[in-house]
Amino acid sequence: MKLTVDGTEHELDIETDMPLLWVLRDELGLTGVKYGCGIAECGACMVHIDGQAVHSCQTLVGDVWGEVTTIHGLAAPGTLHAVQAAWVKHQVAQCGYCQSGQIMQAAALLAQTPDPTDQEIDDAMSMNLCRCGTYPRIRAAVRTAARTLQEGTQ
Amino acid sequence: MSRAGKIARRTFLTGSIATAGGVAFGVYMYRRPSANPLAAGLHEGEAALTPYVLIRPDGVTLITPRADLGQGAAHVQALLIAEELDIELDQVGLDPGPPSAAYYNTALSREALPFASTNESRLAETARSLMDAPIKFLGIQITGGSTTVPDGWQKLRVAGAVARETLKAAASLETGLPVSDLRTRGGAVLLPDGTRLPYTGLAARAAEIDPVTDVTLRDPSAWRLIGKPTMRSDITAKSTGQQLYGIDVTLPGMLFAALRTNPRQGGEMLGYDASRAETMRGVHKIVPVTGGVGVLADNSWRAMRAVEAIRIDWGPAPYRPHQGEHWRALENSFTDKRRDSRLRNDGDVDATLASTTPLEAEYRAPYLAHAPLEPMNATLQIKDGKVDIWTGTQIPRFVQKNVASVVGVKPAQVHVHVTMSGGSFGHRLEDMMVRRAAELAMQADGRPVKLTLSREEDMAHDYPRQIAMARGRGTVSGGHVQAFDLGIAMPSIMRSQMRRLGMPMMGADLQIVAGAWDQPFAIPDYRVSGYRAPDLAPISSWRSVGASTNGFFHESFLDELIHAAGADPLEERLRLCNHAPSRKVLETVGEMSDWGAPLPEGRARGIAFCLSFGTPCAEVVEVTVTESGIRIDKVHVAAEVGRVIDPVNFENQVQGGVIWGLGHAILAETTYDDGMAEQRNFDSFRFMRMYQCPEIIVRGLENDSRVRGIGEPPVPPAAPALANAIFAATGIRLRQMPFVRDMDFV
Repeated sequence: MKLTVDGTEHELDIETDMPLLWVLRDELGLTGVKYGCGIAECGACMVHIDGQAVHSCQTLVGDVWGEVTTIHGLAAPGTLHAVQAAWVKHQVAQCGYCQSGQIMQAAALLAQTPDPTDQEIDDAMSMNLCRCGTYPRIRAAVRTAARTLQEGTQ
Repeated sequence: MSRAGKIARRTFLTGSIATAGGVAFGVYMYRRPSANPLAAGLHEGEAALTPYVLIRPDGVTLITPRADLGQGAAHVQALLIAEELDIELDQVGLDPGPPSAAYYNTALSREALPFASTNESRLAETARSLMDAPIKFLGIQITGGSTTVPDGWQKLRVAGAVARETLKAAASLETGLPVSDLRTRGGAVLLPDGTRLPYTGLAARAAEIDPVTDVTLRDPSAWRLIGKPTMRSDITAKSTGQQLYGIDVTLPGMLFAALRTNPRQGGEMLGYDASRAETMRGVHKIVPVTGGVGVLADNSWRAMRAVEAIRIDWGPAPYRPHQGEHWRALENSFTDKRRDSRLRNDGDVDATLASTTPLEAEYRAPYLAHAPLEPMNATLQIKDGKVDIWTGTQIPRFVQKNVASVVGVKPAQVHVHVTMSGGSFGHRLEDMMVRRAAELAMQADGRPVKLTLSREEDMAHDYPRQIAMARGRGTVSGGHVQAFDLGIAMPSIMRSQMRRLGMPMMGADLQIVAGAWDQPFAIPDYRVSGYRAPDLAPISSWRSVGASTNGFFHESFLDELIHAAGADPLEERLRLCNHAPSRKVLETVGEMSDWGAPLPEGRARGIAFCLSFGTPCAEVVEVTVTESGIRIDKVHVAAEVGRVIDPVNFENQVQGGVIWGLGHAILAETTYDDGMAEQRNFDSFRFMRMYQCPEIIVRGLENDSRVRGIGEPPVPPAAPALANAIFAATGIRLRQMPFVRDMDFV
């Protein structure tokens, strides 16, 4: 089976019903993608498939329809995506375990909705659970990232 | 405040877990420095200047022995050392260090005594100082009780200063210049001509001389780091997927393990049939362990799928199996026989209650899982009589001792490598999962084994927050609160927890009344009694421990009485408050929230206060009644900690604590049926999401002379402040958590 992840094509001998999450973590060593619940409730496992945010724990590897981007490939090596830069600036993370998924969700939101309303931010980011309670900082960081991305395109 | 004369002997023993026969000898041991655990591993040209500062030719490492669970403990500990060491945080590496008696935690034991933290009497102070010796003697290295900063405040700055002065002495020997001519900055000793001698180059010489221990700590006016916003050292790694947690540990030849143990916690496994699992792809071995069975495989998912395919016959729960029975046990515990403590008993409560018809109310708080987002995991390798463990833990020395016992080796053969934790909230004060992982690794022929619990397996064995009930009776008179009598019943958290750790538990369990008996209010007739319910499901410390339930009970009932008196909830609390720093906290939150200013129709404020872990914290919650439910708009928080070490991390901790308190209060509960927790994933164990998250405005106060922690104190006032706001908005009094049972939230 062929799978393209973060720009690299892999040839894998695995079951087609293995969730993408475990392929990424255990077969490819991309441990920035996190296991939290396994039932698409917490969002810690979020990756992009062709730019769309999906729960990798509920996406079977045989059903992957495009190129996979993980937190490791969101920005070019040695650089930060605008969303990651905003996460650093606002010091969002506490334990940080959910933040890969939060960042992938926010990046997908801003790719589709460059100037989201507060309601749109809340709606999209409510897919992701944070037990430490970093929501106020996530809100602020998404707004900062939206501004950065818009200034970049003007 | 001092009621020490009334303290029963039995109660006094509470904090003295280890004191019996040990104080005199302990004092001797206390004066002798603990062995430096870093000394053993040193090579030529390296120096371990105190157990906290390791200098090698290639860099400086600061040891941060309190576990980082996401609360920023590693950063804050490093900051305190670096302040005095004159080194920048981006110049150092951080390492949790080995488990060691040198990293004992005295602040934890000081708060375990039956003295309110506001009690500064001679007796209380003497008792606190006596606690230091046995704790140091036993080398209790625990992260918890919001003690990382109080415990490290002096200790870590002194460690930095000792290392700095020793490096200066070494530089003096190298250059022949007097120490008084030398300065330090940016990880180097500066000579008068401007020459920089990096600490790394001085390590060899520093290792040859006795540490300079006669040091003076800097005046606050000279601080570079303390009190200023700094960039937490783990932020970039945690924003790029680079941070490694225990669950990410990968070793050559490693097997991946999954586990199922009896969901009736502590129950036996009567039998199992693994015939289907054995044939599944990637399965290496089926391994029975105490109370369950595990699978070793070549991938986590294959291991989890195979363990699910095993048919298992579980034995009964060693406790009452149904939730209704747990509530009944609490209802029946308000008796003299079950009374565990009565540390607050001012005025004449019985006479006042008998003189009129008292207001009565009953409150309930459910079991709650800790459920940190990183499922529990541990990686072990057992080879050639040596055990290596990689796991996120708050109790590394217990892990060392208990795994040594499971494997049958000496603790010295067990090496614990503490990893970054993806949350804990008290969950990592337990080590049963590590012991099971050790049983798996013992049967892996020397190969490393990483055990990852499924979310369901983790939540089935969470050792949740205590279930608790309270009954209040009180009276008002002349527009004021006159009598306040609160009884609280719960099983003993400390007994449940200590038993699993193999530690004795003597005397009263102060957690049964923590956050209620020790509040700084001068109510004329004021009584708080703790009732120890029989042991039910096993329970454990959950962020803010006893105060997580008792803050809700105390502050809800006080609010009920204040409303009955026709008084203002803030004014009456201020009138009753007899502790200056706490008064200031209440006044501050009043100003911040514009308390008393009119609000539009359907909108209201509620206030609550709780002094826990020595930190007074007050919160005002503002809610709006909407057609589809209650919306939590805003929370104002003021907390007194003596010193705010890092304002960014402080704000993050307070906001997180408020969300923790509110999120569980409205949505979450763990219930038991057939001896098993019914909520085993985040679909049924619900928590606040961003759309429900209020704006949270935070202020830290620095009026008290003592430095306190902030990880837990914002939790207890959150639920009652919300319930009090909902009462103000709707006239409905919520007396049972989670509130979603009675009301919708948007």
